[in-house]
Amino acid sequence: MLLKTVCKSVLLGLPIGITFLDTVGYVARVEGISMQPVLNPEPSNTDYVFLSRWAVRDYHVQRGDVISLVSPKDPNQKIIKRVVALQGDVVSTLGYRSQYVKIPEGHCWVEGDHTGHTFDSNSFGPVSLGLVNAKAVYIVWPPDRWQILEAKLPDSRKPVSINVYNN
Amino acid sequence: MVYAKFIGKTFGFIGYALQYACVTHCTFEYVGDFVMCSGPSMEPTLETNNILLTEHLSPRFNRLRRGDIVIAKSPSNPKQNICKRITALPGDKVRGQFPKRSQVVPRGHVWLEGDNSGNSADSRIYGPVPEGLIRSRVVCRVWPLDKITSLTEY
Repeated sequence: MLLKTVCKSVLLGLPIGITFLDTVGYVARVEGISMQPVLNPEPSNTDYVFLSRWAVRDYHVQRGDVISLVSPKDPNQKIIKRVVALQGDVVSTLGYRSQYVKIPEGHCWVEGDHTGHTFDSNSFGPVSLGLVNAKAVYIVWPPDRWQILEAKLPDSRKPVSINVYNN
Repeated sequence: MVYAKFIGKTFGFIGYALQYACVTHCTFEYVGDFVMCSGPSMEPTLETNNILLTEHLSPRFNRLRRGDIVIAKSPSNPKQNICKRITALPGDKVRGQFPKRSQVVPRGHVWLEGDNSGNSADSRIYGPVPEGLIRSRVVCRVWPLDKITSLTEY
């Protein structure tokens, strides 16, 4: 009898849980050093961030946002980067094919904060907004690192020219 | 008393509706769904207003093959879906339209082309498409009823 009740509540609860994680958001562990110093400042203890799916429900991201996206090189891998430029912007690249790149329609330019130790748009070029998975909003663990992830860009990485129609 | 009963019933109904909405979401997101396609790019295989049954398992487990018809998010507008055929997988050599030179499909990407090559905006225009944009693989056509066919074979 108890087993039946447990099975029933799992079967009914599972879709509700999955839908909640899909539409509202979930907590994920950050691996790697590509977003230092904002995330994982010390390689020994890893940060956990809350990824908001709700914030990107209509694929609206802004310059400076920290987002998680499906890697263009490997569909099974998710990467976490910062949005540098949106469609129509011209960005000065760090070692991409050409020095200046104009971001095509429906794409964005993402970079890790740890320049030189990150695999980002400087290697694979502009990424389609359809690959954006979620927006990282808070660091939730460890407790002493609890903070809101702010949208900010260093002056040196601001796009050379900004498409005003994005704002 | 009547109000209490009414409120109880309303909450019960909302609970059921929520439950079914969640089950529907999971089915459509992880198992399969129906898609209505429009536009001339896949003629003569598919015509406007055909309804297709698609499954989401093959893209999730990387079981895509050449010749599969897939539904993907458009690279230039994520809110729009495109329906094309995979003609090349990573490592294959393909020829684009502009610039007109052969290139190799990079890792994690596929080459999508419409069957109606004269009237299709596809990889020949916007280049290889990341696999992450592929949502589902078309299994069969379910509408119109007299044209029900399996679409998994090339």
